[in-house]
Amino acid sequence: MSVLVGRDTRLLVQGITGNEGTFHTRRNRDFGTNVVAGVTPGKGGQDVDGIPVFETVADAVRETDANTSMIFVPPRFAADAILEAVDAGIGVVVAITEGIPVREMAEVRAYLDARSSVLVGPNCPGVISPGEANVGIIPGEVCMPGRVGLVSRSGTLVYQIVHELTRRHLGQSTCIGIGGDPVHGMGFIDGLAMFSDDPDTEIVVMVGEIGGDDEERAAAFISERAGKPVVGYIAGFTAPPGKRMGHAGAIVTGSSGTAQAKAEALEAAGVKVARTPTEVAELVQVALS
Amino acid sequence: MDLYEHQGKELFARYDIPVPRGIVATTAEDAARATEELGGRSVVKIQVQVGGRGKGGGVALVDSPQRAAEEAERMLRDGFKGMPVTRVLCEELLPIAREFYTSLLLDRSTGRYLALMTAEGGVDIEELARTRPEAIRRVQVDPSIGMRPFHVRELVAALPSESRQGATDIIGKAYRMLLEVDATLVEINPLVQLEDGRVVALDSKVTIDDSALFRHPDIESLRAAFPIDPVEARAKEKGLQYVKLDGDVGIIGNGAGLVMSTLDVVAQAGGRAANFLDVGGGATADQMATSLEVVLSDPAVSSVLINIFGGITRGDLVARGVLEALERVQPKVPIVVRLDGTNAAEGRKILAEAQHPSIVSAPTMIEAAQLAAALASGAAA
Repeated sequence: MSVLVGRDTRLLVQGITGNEGTFHTRRNRDFGTNVVAGVTPGKGGQDVDGIPVFETVADAVRETDANTSMIFVPPRFAADAILEAVDAGIGVVVAITEGIPVREMAEVRAYLDARSSVLVGPNCPGVISPGEANVGIIPGEVCMPGRVGLVSRSGTLVYQIVHELTRRHLGQSTCIGIGGDPVHGMGFIDGLAMFSDDPDTEIVVMVGEIGGDDEERAAAFISERAGKPVVGYIAGFTAPPGKRMGHAGAIVTGSSGTAQAKAEALEAAGVKVARTPTEVAELVQVALS
Repeated sequence: MDLYEHQGKELFARYDIPVPRGIVATTAEDAARATEELGGRSVVKIQVQVGGRGKGGGVALVDSPQRAAEEAERMLRDGFKGMPVTRVLCEELLPIAREFYTSLLLDRSTGRYLALMTAEGGVDIEELARTRPEAIRRVQVDPSIGMRPFHVRELVAALPSESRQGATDIIGKAYRMLLEVDATLVEINPLVQLEDGRVVALDSKVTIDDSALFRHPDIESLRAAFPIDPVEARAKEKGLQYVKLDGDVGIIGNGAGLVMSTLDVVAQAGGRAANFLDVGGGATADQMATSLEVVLSDPAVSSVLINIFGGITRGDLVARGVLEALERVQPKVPIVVRLDGTNAAEGRKILAEAQHPSIVSAPTMIEAAQLAAALASGAAA
């Protein structure tokens, strides 16, 4: 069944006529995703490889019943594009764009709170359910269908981990890239909850990194409820400590944001934390046998 | 982008937030002249992008232009916490009655702005947060309504009544500034009340969202004041993220998470990374070549590990880039290359056919790290 994207996905691509938009639209469609529309203001009425392009998301939804959107719009206009998609009733919005000003993302978050759309990203590689649909830039060639769910802040690092899993014939149900921005849509907790309800997923891999406290809050979530088993990986044990400006950040989170602190929080919640991407696959293999 | 204190205060002044009179000095003589102008006494403060100046000798009260020159000389010569100091701020001495703390910042976990205020300002604010968090008032601001009068009243209730009007005024202006300049942090520690009752921002720590700099060219141009490592500057020009470390295994990878993971795996293999370098997504042959040049410009590097997993980045382009780089730079050290993902097989084939004596291919990330670490320590032997 997988989560977020699958056989029922009817994908609309915002920014379809740009270089990246076109490239990844083709790639996703070749993977088997049902791409039904594109949106580029000023290019309504055109088409990209037979995919109709509309002026607005609302037009596209009306004409094609699109339910998912992938955003390749430049950072200056991307927050507006996200709001437009949510406003038009798109259920899953995957924002690939990197560099959206944080203030605008804060407004988007507030808007999302009152609505039922799920935002993945921004600054993320997207979501892939192998064998069903790929919405984003994750290389489908390294994936295979299976029962391991993944949720990751990093892009290429999760490709590496998926590759290690696939090599051991440990296929994936859905791989979710939640992205690296400080203010973002869904987080680890949302991913864990989704996988908890997904009959196709047997075990979850959480890939985190230094900064913020998403992993610590996920650890608290894991402690509080019996979900599927989780294997973790945190990048950045040897990253140089960031130069800290004021004290406010530390006061707010109460967490140092280090890889060590995150690994400890997860281990305290019963999560096995691998020390290399290869070890992730080994731990999953052991857990599933 | 972390602003210097004086740059933050210049922004404060633009928004009518009261600050002490101050003059920036880049030499000891300038510091003496500035102190003269400020009435013969001043406080001389290092301008750096980190905190902890108070405890670390970065702030000096001086009672003569001569003393100002001596302190400035020391500060400019010694740097601070390993960072060069190229300017100091000389400010008038003000008669302080009380010290408070206030800040406005983006709370990542909620995606909202948070305002903090406490009557116990000065140093050790983190200690207070740990031991007596109830002494710090905090207010969450929903972006859909912004900061409202009731938020401000809640905050200034932390302060003695005679300080509230001045603080109210400053917090309102600071919030407006935060939004308009796209700051993710505005911290005033201490926010002081003077003996005559005025409330003034004695310090300024302002962080501007890098992603918003495109709409603040005037703020972006303030970067010219920051001492910059020429190698880091060159990397940045090409869209590469480079941070110099102090080991001997050069690292190049695509994606911050993968690069950090590579650093971790190299450390586990007994090696020490010489740098962090992220070529980003879709790296061109030119970027690959520049990456190698940048890494190799560090004389400490005894081996290089190129770890690329292709998503948008195509393995064949990486391979061509590596070969192009080796035409531009004659490496005296071995280059371990690990490619996987999009067009990786093609990339590996291109490298194998080139038969370059410096290139060593490794099939997995762990083997590549072990090889690179061993080659570096072998060179050191």
